Amino acid sequence: MIESTLKSVVWSVQEYTIYTWRAVLCLFSPPVYWTDTLVQADTIGAGSALIVALTGFFLGAVLALESDSLLAGFGATGYMGRFVGMTLLIELGPVLTGIIVAGRNASTMASELGSMVVTEQVDAMSSLGVDPVRKLVTPRLVATMVTLPLLTLVADAFGLVGGGWISIVRLNIPWHKYLTDAYATAGWPDVIEGLIKPVVFAFILASDGCFYGMRTTGGAEGVSRSTIQAVVTSSVLILFADFLISRIMIQLFP
Amino acid sequence: MSDASFLSPARCPEPSDGTPPVVCFSNVYISFLGPAVLADLSFTVAPQETRILLGPAGVGKSVLLKLAMGLLRPSHGSIRLLGNEVTAMTEEELFPLRARTGMVFQESALFDSLSVRDNVAYQLIQARVPDEEIDQRVREALRFVELERTFDMFPGDLSGGMKRRVAIARALIRQPELILYDSPTGGLDPVTSTTIIELVMKQRDVYRTPSIMVTHRVQDAFMLCTHRFDTGVGHMVPLPKGETDPNTTFLMLDQGRMIFDGSLHELLHTEDPFVREFLE
Ligand SMILES: Nc1ncnc2c1ncn2[C@@H]1O[C@H](COP(=O)(O)OP(=O)(O)O)[C@@H](O)[C@H]1O
Ligand SMILES: [Mg+2]
Repeated sequence: MIESTLKSVVWSVQEYTIYTWRAVLCLFSPPVYWTDTLVQADTIGAGSALIVALTGFFLGAVLALESDSLLAGFGATGYMGRFVGMTLLIELGPVLTGIIVAGRNASTMASELGSMVVTEQVDAMSSLGVDPVRKLVTPRLVATMVTLPLLTLVADAFGLVGGGWISIVRLNIPWHKYLTDAYATAGWPDVIEGLIKPVVFAFILASDGCFYGMRTTGGAEGVSRSTIQAVVTSSVLILFADFLISRIMIQLFP
Repeated sequence: MSDASFLSPARCPEPSDGTPPVVCFSNVYISFLGPAVLADLSFTVAPQETRILLGPAGVGKSVLLKLAMGLLRPSHGSIRLLGNEVTAMTEEELFPLRARTGMVFQESALFDSLSVRDNVAYQLIQARVPDEEIDQRVREALRFVELERTFDMFPGDLSGGMKRRVAIARALIRQPELILYDSPTGGLDPVTSTTIIELVMKQRDVYRTPSIMVTHRVQDAFMLCTHRFDTGVGHMVPLPKGETDPNTTFLMLDQGRMIFDGSLHELLHTEDPFVREFLE
């Protein structure tokens, strides 16, 4: 039992690696389907912008609210901007945006590709001489890797506004002090970390969503199974990658 | 039949000797997680030949067609398609080869998100053919399947039989060198089935493209043998009594093995109990 589970895990990882590698290689030989990439970027970006902005806003607000008493304990309420800004930039902005987009788009990718697989549309595409990995997977991968960092910036910005709102209204910290504080503390390593994370998360969620979609078997039931697997796996992997990247960044920029 | 496989060569012949077959399977095995789905499969499709593949549901007819296209890989054996050893090719090498063939899938497999025009034109769009030429060729292909009026429709608006015909138009648009039909009449009522068979026949008798047609309906198979498409009158007509189409021959699968390979005459006079059982 354990042996066979282990075997199938190893097999899946191997399959996933080969297939993701192929999707990446497709970028370096013609044809590259830029139109499909733009369409995907539009779906992911426009579709998630509002929810990401709202999430960011309330996240910033709640960070300010909760940190108030914490910082007061150290007599450090003046560091509100710093606290909210840093937490959003390097940690919660990327992670929450990643998880939200995984929920929305890794699932969409898995179900779209999954239903194309079970209705033989993917085989039909191959039979017409078009590589489904090139046509379906690579555009989704690239589009997500471009869009997710932008969405993360949206979340960060709205989070800053949310935090600012609380600090002005409730804590009487002047707006400009809050902002300069937030800006001043973020160094280049933090900005880099805040932008590397969404790129990696994007790679994870898009390749995962497409992978589970492409290996769907067993009709409509199989499609919903793939969808769930894609969301669960990519969410867990995002959190794991987050930990790894944070660990590496702390190592590099102590 | 059963011992013929021992005589067949381990690999399909190189394309140098005479007119090579369009498709050649030699000692092909494939299994998924369980036992072999197809075992020790050998057959050929000659130029201009129409092979009708009979067999019960779930026997591996679709698997056989996908093997021919390289959409599935055999666990053992040799498969030649248009002179190329499919089993030795990488995925990337296979795409241009597949583009030279046409396949009509069991449930049509039209792209839901594309209009009928874009579905039929799929290969031409990929090949960056100019728009006016695409429109003209799509209309031509749709005229062949008698569905010109669906040009601007979407697959969701079409009935099962219409989808099948659009799928045929899509497979034919670039005049493929081989056509694979996967149960083109499956799930259709008898009248619609007949129109589809008439199309298969039209394609056979007008373009003479070699093909493999999967079906589990013996009636369809017999109709293909005993009729021809008359371009003059624009529909199929029966052949003179006692005559059958010499280029339309049969394959029959049962329990993963090829239990019959031969002409209609041989099929009707075989002693093989399994074949007889299937025919009745
Ligand atoms: N991709 C696949 N993975 C696992 N099993 C498959 C796959 N494709 C087909 N099979 C199995 O192979 C057998 C033959 O299927 P198929 O060729 O679709 O039969 P049919 O003759 O009705 O077309 C079935 O038992 C099916 O479950
Ligand atoms: Mg089938």
